[in-house]
Amino acid sequence: MLKRFRYQIAIFFAVMGPGLITANVDNDSGGIFTYSQAGAKYGYLPLWTLIPITLLLIVTQEMCSRMGAVTGKGLSDLIREEFGLRTTFFLMIALVLTNFLNVISEFAGIASSLELFHISRYISVPICAVAVWLLVVRGNYRSVEKVFLAACFLYVTYIFSAFLLKPDWKQAAIYSVKPILMFDTDYITMLIAMVGTSIAPWMQFYLQSAIVEKGITAKEYVQSRIEVVVGCILTDVVAFFIIVSCATAIWAHGPKDINDAADAAVALKPFGQYAYLLFSAGLFNASFFAACILPLSTVFTVCEGLGFESGVDKRFHEAPEFYWLYTLLVGLGAAVILWPNFPLVKVILASQVLNGVLLPFVLIYMVLLINKKGLMKEWTNSGAYNAVAWVSVAIMIGLTLTLALITVKQMMPQARAIPPSTSALVAQVQRLSNVKSYDSKRQAFKPNIHESRLAHLVRQAIGIGKFAD
Amino acid sequence: MADDFLFLTELLGLKVYDLKGRRLGLVKDAAIVPLIHPARVDRFLVGGGWAWLTVRHDQVRSLSLDGIYLKDEQLTPYHSDEYMLRLVRDLLDQQIIDGQGRKVVRVTDVTFKIQHEADGESLSIVDVDIGLRSVLRRLAQGVVPPRLIRKVQTLIAPHSIRWDHCSIIEADPQRRLRLNISNKILERMHPADLADIVEDLSPDDREAIFETMDSEVAAETLSEMEPDVQASILESLETEKAADIVEEMSPHEAADVLAELEEQTSEDILEEMEVEPKAEVEELLEYKENSAGGLMNTEYVALPENTTVAGAMEALQVHEEILESLNTLFLIDAGGQLKAAIPLARLFTAAGATPLLGLAPETLIQVDVDERQDRITELFDKYNLLTLPVIDAEGKLAGVITADEIISLLREK
Repeated sequence: MLKRFRYQIAIFFAVMGPGLITANVDNDSGGIFTYSQAGAKYGYLPLWTLIPITLLLIVTQEMCSRMGAVTGKGLSDLIREEFGLRTTFFLMIALVLTNFLNVISEFAGIASSLELFHISRYISVPICAVAVWLLVVRGNYRSVEKVFLAACFLYVTYIFSAFLLKPDWKQAAIYSVKPILMFDTDYITMLIAMVGTSIAPWMQFYLQSAIVEKGITAKEYVQSRIEVVVGCILTDVVAFFIIVSCATAIWAHGPKDINDAADAAVALKPFGQYAYLLFSAGLFNASFFAACILPLSTVFTVCEGLGFESGVDKRFHEAPEFYWLYTLLVGLGAAVILWPNFPLVKVILASQVLNGVLLPFVLIYMVLLINKKGLMKEWTNSGAYNAVAWVSVAIMIGLTLTLALITVKQMMPQARAIPPSTSALVAQVQRLSNVKSYDSKRQAFKPNIHESRLAHLVRQAIGIGKFAD
Repeated sequence: MADDFLFLTELLGLKVYDLKGRRLGLVKDAAIVPLIHPARVDRFLVGGGWAWLTVRHDQVRSLSLDGIYLKDEQLTPYHSDEYMLRLVRDLLDQQIIDGQGRKVVRVTDVTFKIQHEADGESLSIVDVDIGLRSVLRRLAQGVVPPRLIRKVQTLIAPHSIRWDHCSIIEADPQRRLRLNISNKILERMHPADLADIVEDLSPDDREAIFETMDSEVAAETLSEMEPDVQASILESLETEKAADIVEEMSPHEAADVLAELEEQTSEDILEEMEVEPKAEVEELLEYKENSAGGLMNTEYVALPENTTVAGAMEALQVHEEILESLNTLFLIDAGGQLKAAIPLARLFTAAGATPLLGLAPETLIQVDVDERQDRITELFDKYNLLTLPVIDAEGKLAGVITADEIISLLREK
């Protein structure tokens, strides 16, 4: 009996390849908080994004793994070979900055998960940073990877929780397929963050290297493709249940911003006293797991692209750039968290927005590369693939520009200077009614949602209680 | 003296002037023709209007940061030429093998020496630049004046590889011939180093290297690689070439590799092999991978049980090819039954007439062909063995397991 069980576990891990690892790392602290925030603040509204996100996620990850399998080279290698050093350099700078914020967000995840148990971040973060560094540099990371992977099953708690909370399934179903756009900074920011957290740019570099390292060739690629697709769907199934849980447990009682781990843990309240424990364990595992992979993957990508020696099997003096950059990423990433009153959750969310802003640029290079006949031979993209990719690029750049535009507009002095007087309030409400009529044409809002949303917007408009319900 | 060298980053964009000092265009690329000269820049490709022009090396009067001045205006339009290695297109940003540092590196820049000749000047490649200094040059190229870059870059330590230590990787065999690219540098390396390098390359490049390498070197290199990489390389090669390589491997390693391959491929390769190595390999293939039979090799020296020390010394002369790793002699009786295992060092302290049987340790440690892996490692550890004889069902010596096999085995875990 035990033997049989062991055998099954062995089979399971044998098929656990790069695709599933990537999928699981995808729901890191950034993922958990972004989805929680989406559900807590906008309820079921953002669910519609998950289908296009899944589609885009499958398309990007499939392209990466295909490129890895066919060329046997990493993404940054290919960009360097085909677009030269300067392009690579600036892309790497952008990637390092974005990933640095992501590293911070992983450590923020570690800090906030343990703060639920009143473990000070001044203790947890330094210890975890040193642990991550040693684990990776000493090369024992591989042996614990499977433990992390197994622990990813903690996400299942969200699925149970969602059912136990008895959400409004009808609404959830409707809003899963009904797109709703609002020209509101917070909403657009959140859309970008949701795309950015699901399809993080660093993940594409990581996945392609993992495929190459595993020695998967074009011939064996078909199995890998299945794995990648399954992984992508899994990621977003978890995302769906996180949003539904948060929508039911938090938003239904009034839209709310997630400010700390305790806020987000409410989504697991059917588990009663264990809610904190489950949330904390899940978040800690996800953050620590990603904190191991993310800085390492970043450094590999950069060193490959710029032609520096890399690898944990090298000695320090053989690969100084590699070790310095790695140590800096982990060290500074952890140190920033220790800044007094560092807003953990805000930075986590911001890092995901940055991911979303960088994504289209990485995508552009990917699509250009994968359409090169000389590189991919008969494995170039089909027309439909290119269409999805280019449309996504256009949408993401569009969203980013819109966000930039709105932000700039809000920063203009006159927009801020006017005190919330009666006239301003009237103007706001008028504007809101425009929103309403515009949306109702497309039948975007159900009246009940509309009311709470309206109330929320009015509160926002008069500038009070923005973060309170 | 400072003007005796030029970087590729500086060469690109240099202005080219005709006899009367009129500007013809800018340097877009430079090419060497390895069949004629391995390092000299043979052509400069100059772009002005719509088409590129070719400037031959003997048409240049002077060449410096200030520009290229010609002494001959008979320029021909540029046509793509298979014998040309274009530095920007084929070398810059690509991977090459550093034969001395024994690693794969990526070219960031190229350093030329300016050769002063009687009636003109030419460039020849001295170094291939990697590392931060050349990265800086590339980033500043065309933005910061070259002379300023030269000053600033002295702050960073240079990191370059001599051109004659570089080996270019070219996946297309036709082009490899035309460009006169050889694997000489690679073939001089230690197989273990070469294996590390090849493992770093993409499948196409691996295949390219193995196709052109001498079968013996290829076999040694392949033996040093991870089993899954071995398999993917052999699968990518022509069956005939793969068979040549497998023949050169020791039967035990050959059997291991073939066991990794898909059955059809493995049979095809066996089919192509010579009769003798084929029989040995096929025999070994019968055993289970993680049993004694799968671990053992058949490179041992077995002598009749009545052999004397002098007789053994004589017999060893014949087995010269395996002396390097030999540390035990085996004695067998007329029926092939294993009788004793004699540590080789014992022979040196004994008189020539001593029978070998007298030198044997009291206990003979041996295992059956189907003994389990962990039990074997245990024996090696317990008795501090260097070699362990393996016997078949009838008690005949079938092969030996050596300590290095056990080390690889334990490292895999």
